[in-house]
Amino acid sequence: MTTTVTAPEATGAQAPDAPPSRKRRPKLPYALLIPAIATLLIGLGYPVTWQIINSFKEYGLAQQFGQPAEFVGIQNYLDLFTDSVFWTIALRSVAFMAGTALLTMGIGIALALLMKAIPTWSRIVLQVAMLLAWAMPIVAQMTVANWLIDDRNGVVNYVLSLIPGVDLVGHNWLEQPLSFFLVAMTIITWASVPFVAFSVYAGLTQVSDEVLEAASLDGASRSQTLRMVIMPIIRPVLVILLLLQLIWDLRVFAQIQLLQDFGAGGERYDLLGTYIYGLGIGQSQFGMAAAAAMVVMALTLAVSWGYVRSMLKEDSES
Amino acid sequence: MNRTILRAGGATLAVVLAAIWAFPVYWMINTSFQTPATINKLTPTFVPLDGTLKNYREVLADNSFTAALGMSLTVTAIALVLCVLYAVLAALAIARFRFRGRKTFVLAIIVVQMLPAEAMFIAQYKMLASANLLNSVIGVTVIYLAMVVPFTTWMLRGFVAGVPIDLEEAAMIDGCTRMGAFRRVTFPLLAPGLVASGVFAFVQVWNEFALASIILTENQKATLPLWLRDFAQTSNLGVTEWGQVMAGSVLVAIPVIVFFMIVQGRMAQGLVGGAVKG
Repeated sequence: MTTTVTAPEATGAQAPDAPPSRKRRPKLPYALLIPAIATLLIGLGYPVTWQIINSFKEYGLAQQFGQPAEFVGIQNYLDLFTDSVFWTIALRSVAFMAGTALLTMGIGIALALLMKAIPTWSRIVLQVAMLLAWAMPIVAQMTVANWLIDDRNGVVNYVLSLIPGVDLVGHNWLEQPLSFFLVAMTIITWASVPFVAFSVYAGLTQVSDEVLEAASLDGASRSQTLRMVIMPIIRPVLVILLLLQLIWDLRVFAQIQLLQDFGAGGERYDLLGTYIYGLGIGQSQFGMAAAAAMVVMALTLAVSWGYVRSMLKEDSES
Repeated sequence: MNRTILRAGGATLAVVLAAIWAFPVYWMINTSFQTPATINKLTPTFVPLDGTLKNYREVLADNSFTAALGMSLTVTAIALVLCVLYAVLAALAIARFRFRGRKTFVLAIIVVQMLPAEAMFIAQYKMLASANLLNSVIGVTVIYLAMVVPFTTWMLRGFVAGVPIDLEEAAMIDGCTRMGAFRRVTFPLLAPGLVASGVFAFVQVWNEFALASIILTENQKATLPLWLRDFAQTSNLGVTEWGQVMAGSVLVAIPVIVFFMIVQGRMAQGLVGGAVKG
C-alpha cells in the first residue's frame, strides 16, 4: 500500500506520480469496469428487469399479437400457487435436487477417501477416468446415455440380462416417470461426482500428517480420526460443494429436455426448468412463465446465499 | 500385512470404479468405429476389431455438420476474445483498486453466477426477438458473454492479486503510466490465468445447449450441440444410425476433453476458492 505523508486522506492504490496536491477519486477503475458492466446490463440486467415486470402482467398469446399487456398485480403468482401441477413439479424438483446432490456428495466423498488410501498409480487411473466423464459435453453425455440404454441394442439391457432370471432386452427405461428420473439422476451423478471427488481430495491433502499422527498417538481409531479430526478440517469445502451441487441440481434443464426429446415428453416428466420452458416457449404464456421463473430464481438465491457469503469473505481476505 | 491387503483391495476397487466412470466414454468411441451390421447384432461388440472409419467420413461429409462447426467456431471465438478482454479489465479494477461501488460490483458478479440461466431464457428470448436478433450470431453471443464474464472476472481477479503490486509500482517509478505498468509487467505474468480462464469460457460456450436451442431455431444457424441433438433425432424416425451419432459425439466432445485436461485443476480452485486452502 502506498501512502504518502503529505496525503493522509489518500486511500487505495494510486499512481505514485500523481501530484499530491490534487488527490481526486480515481476514475480509472470505473473505466475498466465499463465493458463488463455493459455486458451484464444487456445480457442479464435487461432480461431480469423484463421478467420482474412481466411476472405482474397478463401476457399470453393475445398480447403476443399486439394487445397491450396489462398489469394484473400478483395474479400470475396466485394462479401459479393454486395450480396443483406447479406444486407437484416444484416438489419433484426439490426432491430431485436433494436426492441427486446427496448421492453425488456421498459417492464423491467416498471416492476422495479411497483416493487418499490407495497406491499412486491406481489413483491416477481413477482420476483420468473421472476427468473423462467430467469433460464430456452435456449433449454428448445424453446422446451416449440414450445409446447405452437403447431398448434393443443397448449395452445396459444386455449386461443386466446376463444376470440369471433377469430379462431386460426391449425394456424402455424412459417410459415410467420414476425410472425416467432415476436415469436422469444416474447420469447427472456420474457427471458431477468427479468435481466433488477432486475437490474433497484436494481438501484431504491439506490435512497435515502431524495432526493425524497426534490423533493416532492419542489412541483414536481410524473411524474416530475420520469423524473427529479429518471431517471438521475439510468441513468448509464440503459445505461449499454441497451448496454448489444443490444449486446446479435445482437448475437442471438440458439433461431433462434431452431425455424428453429421446423418450417421452409431458408434465409427468417435467422439472421446473422444462416446465417454465413449456409455459413460455411452448404455450406463449409469458406472464406465467416469468412468474414461475421468478420463483425458481428466489429459490436458487435462497439456497446459494451461503455460497455468496463465503465468496465475499474470500474477496475481503485477499 | 493386513495393510498391504487393504491397499491392494483399494487399488482393485479403484480400477473397477475407473472402468465404470470411463465406460460411457469408451462405449461412445467403440461404437463410433462399428458398422451398422455390427451395431445391430443382439450381442454388443466390446472391442471394435473390425473397425471402420466410415462413420467419421459420413459425418464430416455432412453439410449440416460443417455449417454447425462454422457457427460454433464463430460464436465461441467472438465470445472468448471479448470475454477475456472484458474480464481482464474488470479483474484489474477489483484486484488493484479500492473504490466506491467496488463491493457492489463484486457482490453482483457473484450473485449473477447463481442466477439460474434456465429461469431467464424466456426473458432473453423476448429481448432478442424484439431486437430482431433471434438466429443471429450477435444475439446469442451477447447472452453468452453475460454468462461467462462474471466467473472469468472472478477467476482472473485471483491471478491479478497474485502478481505483487510492488512490481507495477517499480515500473511506475521508472516512468510507466498506471496502465503501461500493467500492460508491460502484470499482463505477461497473467499468461497462465488467461489460458485457464480462456479455456473455461471456451468450454462453457462450446457446450451450451439450452439457450441455443431457444435462440437458434433455424437449422442452418445451429451450433454443434444443437446439430448433435438433431442428428440423433432425425435418425430416430427410422433406425438410429448409432455409429454415426457416436462419431458425431466424439467430434463434439474431443476439443472439450483436450482443453479440459489442460486446466481442470484451476477450474476447481476457482469454484471452491479459499476453502480448499484451509
